[in-house]
Amino acid sequence: MKPASWPRDDALDERLLHIDPRAGTLQDGRVRDLARWLRAGDLCVVNDAATLPASLAGAGPSGAPLEVRLVGARAEGRFGAVLFGAGDWRTPTEKRPPPEVVAPGETIVLGGGALRATVERLSPISPRLVDLRFDREGAALWSALYRHGRPVQYAYLRAPLALWAVQTAYAARPWAVEAPSAGRPLRWSLLLELARRGVRLAAVTHAAGLSSTGDAALDAALPLPERYDLPAATVEAVAAARAAGGRVLAVGTTVVRALEGCAAAHGGGLVPGAGETDLVIGPGFRPRVVTGVLTGMHEPGQSHHALLHAFAAPDLLARAHAHAEAAGYLCHEFGDSALVL
Amino acid sequence: MAGAAVKTATGMELRDAAAIVTGASRGLGAALARRLAAEGARVVLVARGAEELTRVADQIRAAGGEAHALAADVGDKDAVHAIAGAAAALVGPVDLLVHNASTLGPTPLRLLLDTECEDLEQVLAVNLVGPFRLTKVVAGSMVLRGRGTVVHVTSDAATSAYPRWGAYGVSKAALEHLGRIWAAELEGSGVRVVTFDPGEMDTQMHRDAIPDADPATLADPAEVAARLLAQLRGGGVAGAAPRGREEALS
Repeated sequence: MKPASWPRDDALDERLLHIDPRAGTLQDGRVRDLARWLRAGDLCVVNDAATLPASLAGAGPSGAPLEVRLVGARAEGRFGAVLFGAGDWRTPTEKRPPPEVVAPGETIVLGGGALRATVERLSPISPRLVDLRFDREGAALWSALYRHGRPVQYAYLRAPLALWAVQTAYAARPWAVEAPSAGRPLRWSLLLELARRGVRLAAVTHAAGLSSTGDAALDAALPLPERYDLPAATVEAVAAARAAGGRVLAVGTTVVRALEGCAAAHGGGLVPGAGETDLVIGPGFRPRVVTGVLTGMHEPGQSHHALLHAFAAPDLLARAHAHAEAAGYLCHEFGDSALVL
Repeated sequence: MAGAAVKTATGMELRDAAAIVTGASRGLGAALARRLAAEGARVVLVARGAEELTRVADQIRAAGGEAHALAADVGDKDAVHAIAGAAAALVGPVDLLVHNASTLGPTPLRLLLDTECEDLEQVLAVNLVGPFRLTKVVAGSMVLRGRGTVVHVTSDAATSAYPRWGAYGVSKAALEHLGRIWAAELEGSGVRVVTFDPGEMDTQMHRDAIPDADPATLADPAEVAARLLAQLRGGGVAGAAPRGREEALS
């Protein structure tokens, strides 16, 4: 499938393929038609994480250029990060030269010397996955990350992205290092239309991580454990929707992971509050909370596509993929959408 | 908007509220930040000058409050996501956004015939377009959660055509109308949009505009801040200010 190489002008006009797992049918539509497939009493859960500009150019201990891509906050002043060698997003991750090998205690200099980070730990998965401690905390650190960071992006895009291009219309805390892109095309005109029709909206915050690093061992381990925060209002909204026979639509695979990860950790029920999930969802997984998912177009073999097997039969997903490819649907974060419901 | 039910915007709880105050390094903004923190809000202070801003934030922390200083220019398009993102990272999803920062443009104030086009553009960027951008980035999350308050600080120069106050007056008139349209569009969402006219205060901005004013005739920003917070705690329309106007637009 061809990737979308740039954000399109009218997100609501992007294509949406409805995949009906019960009827086994496919239907072409547009994002603006979403209400057609939802009904009063359904609940739509979005990931309200804002996207941090998580790519920082810098130099390793030897002075050799490298790129740091943050994967998530660990504690005050501390982040997990993946290191890349010289170059930037214009080179496909698998073709990037490896970064110099760093050791705990060594310093990485970022933003032309404006920001420094000390390597605290290397992951057993890959020496490129490290824990960093920055030279500042709090407002000073967040200001520096926003000043020197750029959105994480990949080689199929045409030009550097502005930070606003990777935000959703309801973003709050900057926990995601790549956009929670299933919600990217949703505009408030559409969300308020859903609400008017009796579809409830609720949020989780899920720290969406990197989707690709080019490091075979690391990519095999993705998605890494990711933290989430589930508000009490969302737990109540899920319970109310289910009690009334409504469906729970997860907007994005991150929402599936947060809700199902929380349920798996708590004997099948949802408990409000912060948590971390290492749940990987694929064929054979029986969702306990989520009925369906709105997501991007994914290729077979990707972890996002594997997740869809929890919601639809393999032959239907194979037909959907063949149809989307033949009909010219676009994939990746600025691509078209699939509604499995 | 967590559900289909129409939400009535009511008074807000200030304890533990996550708040952004722009123009917080002095005058009304600093007074508001101090007062909010004293009431238990977690406050992010925004202003251009890091030094003054950090001093106010340090004073608030020394008094036992929670304050974070973000040096940024609200008129700068590239600063908007940094302000909103860093603020939410520091204090959580924002419950209260106070657009207090504003600029007069060059002083002494000038006749429109003597106003440079670029100066008008700069005043609009800080007093009108900046608040629009920041609300746009912050209010979506408020609507999703079904609660939140946005405050526009205005002036009677928005309604009275004072000679020499052209750029500022035009920006405040537009800001007030922006508030009305936000309120109309967000009606039923639980998000409240308030326009607040503090009246004439004893501040640096007032001295810049009217250097020979008698300070005895001007209000203390701390008292004006207390009045605004009283209005935010209550749900309805507050009584008229001693001078100027207060409107709760939603």
